[in-house]
Amino acid sequence: MHPAPSIIIFTVFSGLGFGLMAYLGFDTDPLRGWNVLPYYLIAFSLSIVGLLSSLFHLGNPQRAWRALSQWRTSWLSREGVLAIVTLALNFLFGLSLFFSLDYSKNLGFVSGTFAIITVFSTAMIYAQMKTVPRWYNSGVPILFILYSLAGGAIIMGDFKLGLIGVILSSVIQLLVWVRGDKALKNSSTNISTSTGLKNLGILRLLESPHTGENYLMKEMVFVIARKHVLKLRILSLCFLGVIPVIFLILSLSVGFLIGLAMISYFVGLLISRWLFFAEAEHVVSFYYGRG
Amino acid sequence: MTRLPGKTEKKLGLAIDLDTCVGCHACVISCKEWNTSNYGVPLSDVEPYGANPVGSFLNRVHTFEAKSEERPAQIIHFPKSCLHCEDAPCVTVCPTGASYKRMEDGIVLVNEDWCIGCGLCAWACPYGAREMDEVAGVMKKCTLCVDRIYNENIPEEDREPACVRSCPAGARHFGDFADPNSSVSKLTKERGGIDLMPEQGTKPVNKYLPPRLKNDIAQEKFDVLRPLLEEHDNNISGFLSWVDKTLEKF
Repeated sequence: MHPAPSIIIFTVFSGLGFGLMAYLGFDTDPLRGWNVLPYYLIAFSLSIVGLLSSLFHLGNPQRAWRALSQWRTSWLSREGVLAIVTLALNFLFGLSLFFSLDYSKNLGFVSGTFAIITVFSTAMIYAQMKTVPRWYNSGVPILFILYSLAGGAIIMGDFKLGLIGVILSSVIQLLVWVRGDKALKNSSTNISTSTGLKNLGILRLLESPHTGENYLMKEMVFVIARKHVLKLRILSLCFLGVIPVIFLILSLSVGFLIGLAMISYFVGLLISRWLFFAEAEHVVSFYYGRG
Repeated sequence: MTRLPGKTEKKLGLAIDLDTCVGCHACVISCKEWNTSNYGVPLSDVEPYGANPVGSFLNRVHTFEAKSEERPAQIIHFPKSCLHCEDAPCVTVCPTGASYKRMEDGIVLVNEDWCIGCGLCAWACPYGAREMDEVAGVMKKCTLCVDRIYNENIPEEDREPACVRSCPAGARHFGDFADPNSSVSKLTKERGGIDLMPEQGTKPVNKYLPPRLKNDIAQEKFDVLRPLLEEHDNNISGFLSWVDKTLEKF
């Protein structure tokens, strides 16, 4: 699949923003007053930048409001509705913390839960795609949620949860890659089922429908990344796992190093998300001889 | 609404005969011609005369080669357009309700005034039947020529999809698959028509009629070139012979 920058920014930024909101919502001993303000500013900036970025992926963004209507069937629509509800709930909860009001633990719990459900629905936009076997995998939503929670914990400077999150998300990422590599083969879709010509022998595309490219090939038959996959995976795991763990441990003595752990994790996440799209094979590729 | 109708009154669709298709792409061109000037925005081309022409089409013809140890290699021309699936995944993923399946005849359409151009429906379609129009930013797809098949302003024989009307080989058949006595239902039954990617669970309405095996064709011992290759009689006589000889002298 084509790794559109708008979609990478959308999923990474909104994921981190909602992860931070989840942390703030579930925090048993939350910060108050001016101390909590920067964290909510970061959380809202990340999630709103992410959500706005998704609009750049649209052909007609002026009609984006219509996307809130089909929540009964569409994960994309659900994501939109949930994101707005989550932002509203967290705005209320953030205000109650900022003004040191008699804050409601229940409201925090609800706003944190909604943040996680929103990340889940973001992931489901991709994980529902039976046409992309690499995505059609329960590991995808788990990974999206882990990334967002781990990111939230590191931004909050929480050593313990940050370390657990970094290690867990790196391990699950590795498993998702391993599982994903077998997905297309195990999906039972191949050139024989896509053409129904199995009994004729070994099939191959002889002539493409046209000499140039088309939308389908640009969007879904993206193959540029495949030869660099291994290098990029190693790079991604270094930034996601190895470097943050080192900086997290060092941060016990030199506090500000946790910021470097966050930057590294963010870079690793961007590489991993780029790979998430670039590596994904769509079954339509079989019609273009690229399966 | 992007909820699928449980059952549609009719199941309009195409039976595509892979045994007959000659791969001329007439259906591709007539489809582009009809649909660029009728339902919805035009089917745009970007850089049509430049180095990298790209354009939206609703119907495309792929060509496959099949090799087998038992037979000579075989070429199959494979036209592909929307299959108007009963369980259309492109409809349910649509966040705006722009994608819908008609209750009355099962045609899957896009309301272009509602489409935001997110492209998710094209991702959800396993067949590559939907293409984003780069100029208008909305999703384009086969309408089964909904503006021809019910159009009382055109002659009756034209009230079928443009691709079917234009096919010089008669490889495309249009009809109602819900009616077991319709020509397409009978044809599909007779010829063992198949679904593409049945494992995707989309229940496509369009059916593909498989080609005969090449050695089966050879056994029919019918040679179209034979009459043309027979040697002509060169022994002319009488007046023509005289003319021939006389002309040779000059």
